[in-house]
Order: sequence, then C-alpha cells, then structure tokens
Amino acid sequence: MPETVLVIAEQREGRLNRASWETLAAAQTIAREMGSTVEAAVLGEGIGNLANELAAKKVGKVYAVESAQLRSYTPDGFSAALKHLLESRKPKLVLLPHTYQVRDFAPKLATAMDRTVISDCIGYKNEGGKLLFVRQMFQGKFTADVSFQCEAPWFVTFQNGAFRVDGVEAGSEAAPVEVIHPEMPEGTIRTRPEEIFKEAKQAVDLSQAEIIVSVGRGIKEQKNLAMAKQLAEALGGELAASRPICDSGWLPMDRQIGSSGQTVAPKLYFALGISGAIQHIVGMKGSRTIIAINKDAEAPIFEIADYAVVGNLFDIVPPLIEEVKKTKSRA
Amino acid sequence: MKILVCMKQVPQKDAPLKLNAGGTWIREDVSYEVNEPDAYALEEALRQKEKNGGEVIVITAGPGRAQQVLREALAKGADRAIHLEDDAFVGFDALNMARALAAVIKAEPFDLIFTGLQSDDYGYAQTGVILAELLGIPHATIVMQIESSGDGIRVKRELEAGYFQFVEMPLPAVLTIQSGINKLRYATLLGIKQAKNKPLRKITLAELQSAVPAGAAGNLQKIERLYVPQKTKNTEFIQGTPAEAARTIVEKLRNEVRVI
Ligand SMILES: Cc1cc2nc3c(=O)[nH]c(=O)nc-3n(C[C@H](O)[C@H](O)[C@H](O)COP(=O)(O)OP(=O)(O)OC[C@H]3O[C@@H](n4cnc5c(N)ncnc54)[C@H](O)[C@@H]3O)c2cc1C
Repeated sequence: MPETVLVIAEQREGRLNRASWETLAAAQTIAREMGSTVEAAVLGEGIGNLANELAAKKVGKVYAVESAQLRSYTPDGFSAALKHLLESRKPKLVLLPHTYQVRDFAPKLATAMDRTVISDCIGYKNEGGKLLFVRQMFQGKFTADVSFQCEAPWFVTFQNGAFRVDGVEAGSEAAPVEVIHPEMPEGTIRTRPEEIFKEAKQAVDLSQAEIIVSVGRGIKEQKNLAMAKQLAEALGGELAASRPICDSGWLPMDRQIGSSGQTVAPKLYFALGISGAIQHIVGMKGSRTIIAINKDAEAPIFEIADYAVVGNLFDIVPPLIEEVKKTKSRA
Repeated sequence: MKILVCMKQVPQKDAPLKLNAGGTWIREDVSYEVNEPDAYALEEALRQKEKNGGEVIVITAGPGRAQQVLREALAKGADRAIHLEDDAFVGFDALNMARALAAVIKAEPFDLIFTGLQSDDYGYAQTGVILAELLGIPHATIVMQIESSGDGIRVKRELEAGYFQFVEMPLPAVLTIQSGINKLRYATLLGIKQAKNKPLRKITLAELQSAVPAGAAGNLQKIERLYVPQKTKNTEFIQGTPAEAARTIVEKLRNEVRVI
C-alpha cells in the first residue's frame, strides 16, 4: 500500500481558506515525488459542499468529519475528532496550514499521539528518500532543514504562501467522500467560544494606497515618526507601520501591516527600520516595488526588497525627503 | 490566583548572529534578552495579581546566563523564581521542554500558566499548547485580554486580519500571550534591590530525569543544518553616501518605479 499524505483543510463560515488550498498543493507535490496518495479531511457541521469541493481535486479520498460539536472551532473538539481519524487511517504525513487555528490545536493533537509538529515550514527537501522540512528560525535570519526522529504520523504545518494555489491539480473524476461522525464523550470540550468579531471599523483602508511609507522599530522613538510622515507626504503616500509601533500606541492599529493587520499591495512600499519578520512580510510582499532601508545588512527584509540601502535611516531619510521635494517641484 | 510565567532568554534582536562551525546552531557568544512576548506575559501576570491578589512565579530553562531573565522579572515584581539550569535545555524541542516544565508544575499546581505565544529563536509556537495537553488542562493561544468570569476566565484571542474572539474556560488553564496585550513596566530601583532577597530555586536536569530521561537526544525533531536563507529576489543594493543614496533612490522612483 502506498503511504498517505493527509491534508487537514480549514474552513470558516462555509469557505475553505486560501492556506488550505496551498497546503493541498504541497501535499500533491510531495506525494508525486514520494509515490504516495493524497487524502483530505475537513471538519465541521454541514460541510458536505466543502468535502465535494475538495473531492474535485486530485485526491484519493476526502473525509467529512461531521459533528454538531465541531460547528464552532475548539481545540478540544478538533483535536479529539482528528485523533480518532488519524488512529484509524494511519497516514504517514499530516499537512496543515500554519494558521492561528492550527497553531491552537495541532501541537495538542500531536502531543496526544506522542508525536511532534514541524511548524511554520516554507518548503521541503527530498534527500535520497529522506524528507526534510525547511523552516525559518531566529525571525527569518536563518533557515533550518529539520527531520523527524519519530514514527508516523508526521505533522507539518506550512506557512502562508509557501506553495501556490494554482499548483493544485484537479482530479479526472470526483474522489469518494467518506462521512465520519467522531465519538466525542460529554465533557470533551472544556472551552466555550463566542462569536468571531472585528474591532471597531477601520478609519483608514491602506489596501487602496499607491504609495506606503512604513516604519518599524528602527525608528526608535515616537517623535521620529514625524520624519517618516514627511517622507510619506512628500511622496503623496500613506504612513504605516510594523506591529511593535502600533503596540506601543505610536500609530493606531489600523495602520499596522501584516498577518494581524492589513494586507497591502501598493506600487511602492518603503520599509524604514523594519526587520522583515514573516508576519510582516505576508502583509506587504505583494507590493510592486519594495525599497528597504535597514542598518543590518543581514535583515530578512532585504530578501524581498527590490532596492536596498544598508545604512542608518536617520542619515538617509532627511536628504531623501529633500531630494523628492526638489524633483517634484521641478516636474 | 497563583500564576506561573514561563520565560525564555533569546539572542538580542539586534545581535549579529553567526553560525557555529558545524552549521547546526548559532555561536552562543552573543548578547541575550528576554523573549518579547514573554515580557508581556509577565506584565499581564503582575497586573492580574494587582487586581485579584495572589502570587506570580517565574520559571526559565537554560544555561546560567538565563538567570538574568528571572532577576529582571523579580525586580519587576514577581514573587519568586525557578531556574531549570542546564546548557542542554537550549537544544530541547518544544515537546521535551514542555515535559520538563510539566514535571515541575505537577509537583506544585497553579491556577494560570502563561507563556509567550512563540519564541524569537526557534519560533515553534507550541510549548504552551503542549504543556496544557501534558497537564490535561484547557488552553487558549494568542491572548490579548483576560478577565475573570464565574469560576473561570474569559479571554480575548487574536485571529487573523483584525478579527478577535472571546473564549471562556475553567481554571487551571494555560494561556499563550501575544505582544501588545498591555504596556510593559520598568523595574524600579527599589524593585531591583528587593529582588536580591527573593527566593530563586534551582533545579538540575538530573532532578528532571524521569520526565526527560534522554535530554535533547529525546527530541522528536532534529535540526539537520542551519544556514543563511537563499535569496529569491534580485535585490539591487544602493551604495554611496546618504546624499548619493537619496539621489539614486529618487532616480529609481522617477524612472523605474514611476511614482514621481
Ligand atoms: C501571531 C503573530 C502576529 C503578528 N502580526 C504582525 C503583524 O501583523 N505585523 C507586523 O509587523 N508584525 C507582526 N508580528 C510581529 C513580528 O513577528 C515582528 O516581531 C515584527 O514585525 C517586528 O517589527 P520590526 O521589524 O519593526 O522590529 P524589529 O524586528 O525589532 O526590527 C527593527 C529593525 O530596524 C533596524 N534598525 C534599527 N535601527 C536602525 C536605523 N537607525 N536605521 C536603519 N535600520 C535600523 C534593525 O536592524 C532591525 O532590522 C506578529 C507576530 C506574531 C507571533
């Protein structure tokens, strides 16, 4: 029997998210190389449509794990239901998207099965049949190749954008869907989740901005924001920031770029004193042009920058503002 | 309320990191600081204690140098500290580390256990969740607010893209704390002085033998190699004095990016 690569797809309010499709693409790629079969599972209540959507792709089988207790996500419910599924199907690899939800339950599930999760991977390597999973460490300053030192199932979570959605292969015919009703004894679920909500409406929508000047902790002090603001104004752009700047209250939350803030794709993204942590990058990597100024030549932001200046932003930004003003007044 | 805060010492954010000779870890002769979300976890514990009374205990696992994290926490107001002291802890994976912590916690129960939501070095984002599972208690991750509710607590979890969710749960529980949940305090001179007389208990790896018998060799995952990331984009590095760099940038903005 070929080994199985099982994808746990994630849904919210009846929709599979993008990260789930990316993870399916990862599974299909790995399975092709290792000669294994891909299967997928989705959890919830009334998820037949989602299971069918998955079954239209090139997969051997789809599990629809149905229960009223899975209607709202809880770590206890999801972990118990998946443990039940994995113990009977015995996949070799279990792939999940590295979402907030997965971070919340996957380590629990793996621990309950005496296994481990290699989390937040950006790729994999097949070295003569030995699978290694590639992940960032030290906030993106280094990359590591990581191997499992235990029996299957091997749990791996993939970072957003690690694989491309358009890499998902469609199936020639619909795969069979198996509906599973996991047993969950009274008291399995100990937490009581309330409805998901969005904090007070955003005042600024940066997703429409053409030019964004974004500052990170390299700006050092709140009063130095004035300089960044001048640059933004000279360019006719918006001011934005990395999370620590908004956490400190120097700029409102709605100017935060990243996984827990806004996602933007301007023509020009100016990153001033931003290190380039993955949670920031996911919010701005779609920008047409990225210019980064950072005093650390090894800063991960330079890996995605089109233009890079290694240097002190306090030396470079003032003449830059003057230069922009001069050029604009001439034009 | 008795709160345990798990804290870790990690390389300083601005420290230039170098690989060791084997390419399996960094060279450890760098400056260290407390893992950022752990500092917020401590602050939250101190605030909970100020509101509801109780005790705040801090714990770290690491070499002798890691004691600095505990000293700072005591100076900020933690009541006592526990140091699992051994160089080997640096190489522990999240499961192994959680096993070591769980062994200590099983011997002395707490109402709440806080960890940072992930560490700046490994970035597993797992230790707190695993700890909850090993202890058989509920948890919540990426927590941005904590309030009491009946016999238990109600916490606000951060979700992606500006969404949030409240979750209620009984105690004891493990919470992984997100940076920005509160505003950090500084240690006062008095606090620093008082910290010297606060209890700091050391536990050796040998004392945890039954929980982590093989040490780091018991890890279920292994870093085969560590390396500088391969560049995927063709980045043009702009050289020269600040004035020259400014001119070059503007020229690019005009002729290539075409935004001015
Ligand atoms: C679940 C989760 C969600 C998150 N969500 C987000 C999010 O939505 N958005 C976000 O941004 N982060 C988010 N983060 C935080 C993220 O991991 C990083 O901690 C954060 O992005 C770092 O911000 P920074 O680059 O400004 O600061 P740092 O990482 O401290 O970097 C500062 C940079 O400034 C440079 N610098 C310092 N001085 C100068 C100078 N004088 N001149 C030039 N350069 C200088 C330094 O070399 C360094 O590279 C999240 C984290 C988690 C775990």
